[in-house]
Amino acid sequence: MLLDSLFNGVAIGSVLLVAALGLAIVFGLMGVINLAHGELMMLGAYTTYVTQLIFKLPILKAYYNAYVIVSIFFAFIVSGVVGILLEKTVIRKLYGNPLETLLATWGVSLILQQFVRSVPLAYGTGLVISLIIGLFLPTVFSSKLKESINFKYVKFSSWIFAALAGVLSGNLISSSVSKLSRASARNVDVTAPAWMRGQVEILGTAFPKTRLMIIIITLISVIAITLFLNQSAWGMRIRAVTQNREMSDCLGISTEKVDILTFGIGSGLAGVAGVAVSLLGSVGPNVGGNYIVGCFMVVVLGGVGNLLGTIFASFGIGILTDLIGAGRLLSIWPDMPLPLSNTINFFATTSMARVMIFALIVIFLQFKPTGLFPQKGRMVES
Amino acid sequence: MEFKNLKLSKKTIFVTWVLIIAFIIAAPSILPVFRLNLLGRYLSLAIVALGVDLIWGFTGLLSLGQGIFFALGGYCAAMYLQISSSSEFPNNIPEFFGLYGVDNLPFFWEPFRSPIFSLFAIWVIPALVAGILGFLVFRNRIKGVYFSILTQAALLVFFNFFNGQQKLINGTNGLKTDVTQLFGQMVGSESIQRMFFWFTALLVIAAWFFSKWVVKGRFGNILIGIRDDEPRVRFTGYNPVLFKTIIFSIAGGLAGISGALYTVQSGIVSPQFMTVPFSIEMVIWVAVGGRGTLLGAILGAVFINYAKSLVSEALPASWMFIQGGLFILVVTALPEGVLGWVQGEGPRNLLQRLGLKRKIETYPSLEIKNETEVLKNE
Repeated sequence: MLLDSLFNGVAIGSVLLVAALGLAIVFGLMGVINLAHGELMMLGAYTTYVTQLIFKLPILKAYYNAYVIVSIFFAFIVSGVVGILLEKTVIRKLYGNPLETLLATWGVSLILQQFVRSVPLAYGTGLVISLIIGLFLPTVFSSKLKESINFKYVKFSSWIFAALAGVLSGNLISSSVSKLSRASARNVDVTAPAWMRGQVEILGTAFPKTRLMIIIITLISVIAITLFLNQSAWGMRIRAVTQNREMSDCLGISTEKVDILTFGIGSGLAGVAGVAVSLLGSVGPNVGGNYIVGCFMVVVLGGVGNLLGTIFASFGIGILTDLIGAGRLLSIWPDMPLPLSNTINFFATTSMARVMIFALIVIFLQFKPTGLFPQKGRMVES
Repeated sequence: MEFKNLKLSKKTIFVTWVLIIAFIIAAPSILPVFRLNLLGRYLSLAIVALGVDLIWGFTGLLSLGQGIFFALGGYCAAMYLQISSSSEFPNNIPEFFGLYGVDNLPFFWEPFRSPIFSLFAIWVIPALVAGILGFLVFRNRIKGVYFSILTQAALLVFFNFFNGQQKLINGTNGLKTDVTQLFGQMVGSESIQRMFFWFTALLVIAAWFFSKWVVKGRFGNILIGIRDDEPRVRFTGYNPVLFKTIIFSIAGGLAGISGALYTVQSGIVSPQFMTVPFSIEMVIWVAVGGRGTLLGAILGAVFINYAKSLVSEALPASWMFIQGGLFILVVTALPEGVLGWVQGEGPRNLLQRLGLKRKIETYPSLEIKNETEVLKNE
């Protein structure tokens, strides 16, 4: 019973964790909350759907079972590229104005939502493919070429090539997969491959395999991101800029590159979260909105600049949501006094559990305003 | 041509006011009923926009949760109307309770039998909720983006609460007001609606003068000080928490009034008033109109909503794109909003760029306008 509850809580928490991880890293680095984060998750979920349909084609049919694994990488790349584009076009212009950034990213989220409603997914995929090629093709040329004056022509022609590739692949997908060739505002469903359906029994309790898979995805993402931040050179640069931007700039770290990289990774993680979300329920244009406020709560509760805070906060919120929302306290302690049990019954739905958790967080902030693991410093603003 | 210190002569101001008042009085006979109702609703939204301008434009607090207070005001008005016209239903309680098998009125409905209590509740309850929420957050020096996402979370929490409580306040369905009675007539009837239109117009003007009064003088200066450099205000010996709490609850009260007026004119209040997009839209009205210019908030609310209804009637799918683009465009290209742009350097810069006006050349180039003028006068 207790194990069951704990497992459910961890499962809820791990979706929150992947989703909030990207948000927290970006917030720690740039002080910016990306309101389009939920829509980047949605893009990840739709990527899973598109990948699934493409793997149903006769050529790839044999590998159908592996599509979930492949779609994790695809989702990371798709959301990451859209995030990089967002950083390059909008967020960079608003550096130092976090509130304005909030509004601008909300505008982006509206556009993305309407985009998946009114553009056929096949052409959307084509557009994303051309974005990927256009953004990354210029980086593979040798540095000698980059420094030459003609590089802008090379860049321009690579964008033309990217556009062509996008149109071609869009047409190819739309002609081969009929489900993707028409725009639709309806929700779509991702079906898990056979090996992910059903349950596993551990210690006499049955666990659904999809949830276990989500926990594994989360575990891998967290380990990968920790290793990246703590072991790699770019990770060190990111941490340096997070701690002191001006000083890092003076010491020769390209803060511009760090910003792009971090935003790309943060958005990519949103895409991975989207894969997890698509396994839990149907995918629609509004799917991100259901999770985004939970992510905000994690960021507020966990504090910035510390992955541990994010991890604790998401599992804490996940476990509490399950404990309160499913009314499990009653089954653990059946003969509690009547007023208390009435209160618990009142809050024993998912939506009322959110009310309770918000109240708990506001109370918590009265004692620790900067979250679970605050950054130490002597800044006036902190 | 000088726009910066645009001083209108007394005569112009007088004529403008006469025109505005004449339009308001004549509007019911000029406009068709449908358009009049829309205009009345948009005018009531202008009041909540004034509140957003007070907290965001003047104090620098970006609240994404004004919908809470807006809806609370709407619920207060709707509860009074429902309960005062419930005499023909069983148990003397509003009809919807019967659907859920509730026989006794929930306790918090009782005070709404009194019209005077309800009239106060419409703005006092939202202001109180805003004050408490604001105090708890500001006390810990939570601000900036943190404050914004906390208000958004609060909004969602209130939405969940109101959406889930069928037996208390009819949950998702909301409370209808257009079939209730007021002064012996249906609230949805044309004559009552016309009265509400005039009342709304009157209150918009009153709220505008009130807001102008709030931001005038030392109180307003402190608000602007908090916006521009809060630690400095604190070190000077003022307590920003107090000022922020006061202005936040004023904005909450304005939102409540606005919500009540909107409810009686749209005929229903429901948890839909507390959805996330609606509250952010309020911010964009102010951003487009001009932050820190109270008139801009009013104009922004009315014109953007008018544009929204026109565009949505013609091309339903494109409004989201337009709105999204508007968000991005306003914050990147026009951060002062339209009115701020007109009142500031905007028109002159435009004329200079078009070559219609000579550039003011100073060396070294001075950014501060006043000094330029000092140099010119010497």
